[in-house]
Amino acid sequence: MSASQTTHSETFRHKGWVKSAHFVITFAFLALLVSGYVILMSHPRLYWGKAGNDLTPALFELPISKNYHHGGWAKAIPFKNLKGSQVSAARTFDIFNENGWGRSTHFLAAWFLIITGLLYLLAGIFSGHFRRDLAPGRGEFSLKMLWRDLVAHFRKQSSAPGKYGLLQKVTYLSVIFFLFPVVILTGFAMSPAIAANYPFLLIIFFGHQSARTIHFFAAVLLLLFLLVHVVMVIRTGFKRNLWAITFGK
Amino acid sequence: MKEKRLISRRRAIFTGLTSAGALLLSGCLKKAPPTYGSILRLGDDLTYLAQRGLLSQRALVMEYQQTDITSFPVTDIGDPANPASTKAYSKEYEALLKTDFKDWALTIEGAVAKPGKYTLDQLQKLGERTQITRHSCEEGWSAIAEWTGVPLAALLKDAGVLASARYVSFYGFDKYAESIDMLDALHPQTILAHRMNGESIPARNGAPLRLRVETQVGYKSVKYVQRIVVAEQFVDPAQDIQAGWSWYNGI
Repeated sequence: MSASQTTHSETFRHKGWVKSAHFVITFAFLALLVSGYVILMSHPRLYWGKAGNDLTPALFELPISKNYHHGGWAKAIPFKNLKGSQVSAARTFDIFNENGWGRSTHFLAAWFLIITGLLYLLAGIFSGHFRRDLAPGRGEFSLKMLWRDLVAHFRKQSSAPGKYGLLQKVTYLSVIFFLFPVVILTGFAMSPAIAANYPFLLIIFFGHQSARTIHFFAAVLLLLFLLVHVVMVIRTGFKRNLWAITFGK
Repeated sequence: MKEKRLISRRRAIFTGLTSAGALLLSGCLKKAPPTYGSILRLGDDLTYLAQRGLLSQRALVMEYQQTDITSFPVTDIGDPANPASTKAYSKEYEALLKTDFKDWALTIEGAVAKPGKYTLDQLQKLGERTQITRHSCEEGWSAIAEWTGVPLAALLKDAGVLASARYVSFYGFDKYAESIDMLDALHPQTILAHRMNGESIPARNGAPLRLRVETQVGYKSVKYVQRIVVAEQFVDPAQDIQAGWSWYNGI
């Protein structure tokens, strides 16, 4: 780490509620990542459209458990009265499935994420946090300036101390107002009871299996954000940053 | 300024709200399935109560077109007609299948005025509903099929379900069982299906009668239904909860 990066005299001062929300959401998100991965392991095939299963073509498959390409199926039996070539077949393979705790952990963590997330949104709006700290200032946002910030980012120049840079603001805003809502709403779309009440969820995400695939990609992007976020936290002074977002004043 | 009044308005409102909240909470928790001390099951209960409290219980799930019908995997605990299937085999079922379910009858008992048996003909006279719906498995896959059957509400009415009834359990010939609450039992799309995609339900898809609970994930939809028991108290017939699974699966 170069000396110039560690000479920030002023660290970002986070409010108490920002720190609390960050703390809860961090743990909820990690639990969601792990349980989400375990859930995906039981059926590592993704599809596009209203429905999809082992007897229909996949969009892609992930080699992440013994269920990948298991092929343990009895002879297919066609449905007599359908015009298409739909079949039924019995599975003969004993699959990996830890969804008993996987699903319940996922939904328990989702409760923490959603309740904390809602409180954070309300506090962010009414305290002016979003407007003051996250929204780009007047004349601050343009594609040109975003590009300049991006180039500066890869040249490892950091922005002014005590404030978020433009690239940083845009990234945080995309995570808070785009990726998290998409991952939560696609999750809702997969729930039979919620989708019965809000069928538009199945329409805007192009169907049950499309929602599942979008849920997966949104989670991958969130994981990428997490990795970059952690790298940046380390590069700009790990101890000080960690202290600032947890117990620091 | 010094507080002079014994009870201030603010305090009265606050205390009132808190005690109302506590009463509501204890009332809700009494209605929730047991957790056996597991925090995961506590989360399941929270989801159950929230979905019951916040969602309409009459909203219908999306119904699809004939052209949306997909292939349909069979992923149950085993073939009840196959003696090699250690978990699911039933000698009685094997015999019934051989005679094309000629002597099959559904038993309904418990909190009903008229417990007894229904043949397939008798069931069909109670009403019929056809729906093209999506089966969402907890594993992650889904499949669309057309189901024709008797609305469970019609059967419960015919059997004289008691006003005190709260849960309905379904026992399959494959020794699989599940229970649902009265809200899901009386949902218009909760049916006992005897036809699938325009033919009698194929053997491994749950012949001759299977449950369809469209508002929950697939494992609540018991196949090869043999017996229905209406209860006034919570029952978890296959012990989902002790086995580490969620009893309610609207999510």
